[in-house]
Amino acid sequence: MSRNGSLALIFHTVFVIFMVAPIVVVCLVAFTPEGYLSLPTNGFSLRWFRTIADYPEFINAFWVSLWIGAVSSVIALLFAVPAALAIARHQFRGREALSALFLSPLMIPHVVLGIAFLRFFTQTGLSGTFVALLISHVIVVFPFALRLTLAAATGMDRSVEMAAVSLGANSWTLFRRVTLPLILPGVVSGWALAFIQSFDEVTMTVFLAAPGIETLPVRMFLYIQDNIDPLVTSVSASVIVITMLALILLDRFYGLERVLAGHSDRGR
Amino acid sequence: MSTSVSMASVRQPAAPAPSKQERSGARAPWPLLLPALLLFIAVVVVPLAMTVLLSFHNWGQYTGIQFVITLKNWQEIWSDPYFYEMFARTFRIAGLATIIAAVFGAPEAYILNRMRAPWKGFFLLIILGPLLISVVARTLGWALLFGGNNGLVNKALMTIGLIDAPIPFMFTETGVVIALAHVMMPFMVLSVWAALQRVDPQIENAALSLGAGPMTIMRRIILPQIMPGVLSGGIIVFALSASAFATPSIIGGRRLKVAATLAYDEFLNTLNWPLGAAVAVLLLVALVLIIVGSNALIERRYSEVFR
Amino acid sequence: MSFLELNGVCKRFGDHVAVEDINLSVTKGEFISLLGPSGCGKTTTLQMIAGFVDPSAGAICLNGRDLGSVKPSKRGLGIVFQSYALFPHMTAAENIAFGLEMRGVPRAERELRVRDALVMVGLDGYADRHPRRMSGGQQQRVALARALVIKPDVLLLDEPLSNLDAKLREDMQIELRQIQRSIGTTTVLVTHDQTEAMALSDRIVVMSKGRIEQIGTPHETYEKPASAFVSQFLGKTNEFPGEVDRHAASPRLVAGSCHWPAPAGVTGPVTVTVRPEKVGFGGETHNGLKARITNRIFQGNHWLFQCETECGPAIVVRQNTGEAQPTEGENVRLVWRAEDMGVRPRGAGR
Repeated sequence: MSRNGSLALIFHTVFVIFMVAPIVVVCLVAFTPEGYLSLPTNGFSLRWFRTIADYPEFINAFWVSLWIGAVSSVIALLFAVPAALAIARHQFRGREALSALFLSPLMIPHVVLGIAFLRFFTQTGLSGTFVALLISHVIVVFPFALRLTLAAATGMDRSVEMAAVSLGANSWTLFRRVTLPLILPGVVSGWALAFIQSFDEVTMTVFLAAPGIETLPVRMFLYIQDNIDPLVTSVSASVIVITMLALILLDRFYGLERVLAGHSDRGR
Repeated sequence: MSTSVSMASVRQPAAPAPSKQERSGARAPWPLLLPALLLFIAVVVVPLAMTVLLSFHNWGQYTGIQFVITLKNWQEIWSDPYFYEMFARTFRIAGLATIIAAVFGAPEAYILNRMRAPWKGFFLLIILGPLLISVVARTLGWALLFGGNNGLVNKALMTIGLIDAPIPFMFTETGVVIALAHVMMPFMVLSVWAALQRVDPQIENAALSLGAGPMTIMRRIILPQIMPGVLSGGIIVFALSASAFATPSIIGGRRLKVAATLAYDEFLNTLNWPLGAAVAVLLLVALVLIIVGSNALIERRYSEVFR
Repeated sequence: MSFLELNGVCKRFGDHVAVEDINLSVTKGEFISLLGPSGCGKTTTLQMIAGFVDPSAGAICLNGRDLGSVKPSKRGLGIVFQSYALFPHMTAAENIAFGLEMRGVPRAERELRVRDALVMVGLDGYADRHPRRMSGGQQQRVALARALVIKPDVLLLDEPLSNLDAKLREDMQIELRQIQRSIGTTTVLVTHDQTEAMALSDRIVVMSKGRIEQIGTPHETYEKPASAFVSQFLGKTNEFPGEVDRHAASPRLVAGSCHWPAPAGVTGPVTVTVRPEKVGFGGETHNGLKARITNRIFQGNHWLFQCETECGPAIVVRQNTGEAQPTEGENVRLVWRAEDMGVRPRGAGR
């Protein structure tokens, strides 16, 4: 890293400390042996991690988050893959408008989405149900599923598909045997990114959550609203560790930069 | 607040247009598009329309929502200085967070880009990784760091002698701005990073060979090329900061209201849905105008840089 | 008797005419090349035969059957794409077997035919390789085997050699020609490389701006180009302004200080064309263009001379036979045989 001057390296060090400090502090406080918020100055303790088990609402919320994340990402892909193929391959009137619509959940503040969904599901009688939560998460993660699938489909050599057709493949065989395997890396990372988005979502979900069907971030948020104690830090630390693990896996297999920037050219 | 990661690339076109050969099959592939389109009409367009409609309904403490069309909520927002102050605060916080993110994020992206192989990837992971960590957990970290008068940040600042008396961070705009800048920083780094990837690495050597000094290279060669990245990153950070919810809610507390937390209160505490809907719609419209407007400006200004 | 036939085939993309009124008839077993610069419509024509692009007008018939209503997957054509378009997630053998699988060929027979195909293209032993781990030439062979194993009525080759380096390209040309001759599959090659087209084809279709300029054997198209475009596209050509004077005592063609008996059929201002390798150097007394050699470039097996003549610039190519050659700055006369010369009215041809 000799290409940066010493001034640059000092700046970099301060910057990195700024970026990791809040995360590190949460993880440290989680190990406090005391009954109040403090850095573990005399010894580490797992007592607050054990305490999580006494709060079934956190455990329950974790499972809800996992389910919502996994299922909504799959459903989003079921809608996004065909749409991505259509947008990647075809030039038609309204193509730009349609992709703008499909990416709009990125543009619309989640608080607005939350309000819109609350109103909508109240009017349709679905308010406070698992289904409502699921549908709303499908919408929120849809752009991520679409983007990565789209990038994979756009980067794909069309002549490979033509070759399959010329050899006699029908539409379904073409999709199953050639197209899907080729865009699979994009689809899988789209799923992973969608899952993480759903797992982290709080702003919109807080409007739709009801007792028993709260996601973990919502449970944490509501808990912090009342008071901040070491328990919520141990929960947060667990979430941070799980996310980090997923992150490292994603980086290993796919390259974090590519996932985050929304590119998925397989070639490199 | 929203943790939308890939907003970083909202402005990129969805995909390059298919070649002219494919254009011949100009019928829109409706069977592929229809499911997603119907889903979005049913669960995005309709609810948003219902929200806009809701903002024109009346509400009474005892009557609840009345299905009449009235401008009452809009007049209230227009005439009550409380709302003016709240929106001014929202955009002030967002603006400051954006400036901090740009001033620190852009140089960091540049330094990162000049690093050698294992370090580059490592620090990129460190800096972008937080993007995927729950915003509640990250904000909790800041709450712990700020934590009242004897918070860690104050202790540290006083130890190194930067300040004499503790600065109040919790429940202040200062604290919200710092925490938001931290939460949004990865977007800025990512955006500038993406712009830097398009810069020819030989270009600095070319400038050196022509006799330019390091400051000149920075000002005349590098900055103009990453400026589009800084600006588009700025738009993203601003938009997300202005609609942030969890961070201002936790750091700002119950009194320091911004648009998102106010709308939340109207919906789930006061139960004045129509007024909350009006605040939300106003926020949406303001943000869309700002995003679309500044995008257009940037693209016109830097059209040659955007290939 | 014609096997593959294109009748008045046109293709328009909006206002843009990509292919205009193509009439072509290919006999069984023939190797035909569509040759032209990029954008001349040759690839579009190939894609219309393959069925990936629908013609705006006209008909394509294969073995007497109109292909208009036949889906691309049912046309039974073998195609080799410029990018090879191998399935990256399948091995070489799986790639080759794909078409047989689609035809419901039983596994045992499939394996047999795949093995034969691999042997045919010289890749036995590579069956379980994935395309990514093969060289460009090997991928090219897999693509060829995959197209041929289904015993296609017609083999379509879309710039198949353009991604190979020069040496390999020559080897593959020879091999491709041998394979095609031995199995006798009717073949249509799309290329922008005139040497490739000449080396491989029975007949060449020279295309420009969506139209056919000339159809003929490689020798015909080179020696008797039908238009200025063909003569310039196939190899290099010197062009000089001249004049056919039929009022003189004996009608004659004049260019600069030399003259020849007037050719039949043309009169007035003309353009005289002659290939660089047909030009020789003569002494002061010869009937030749006055010229000065401005550059002499040695290119191994031949010399390239750039000359300034009384009628404009010219190039001359001489085989490196070991004889002494004129030097730079020398004044010479450029001579050629009358039958090596082309004459067309000036302004004619594009």
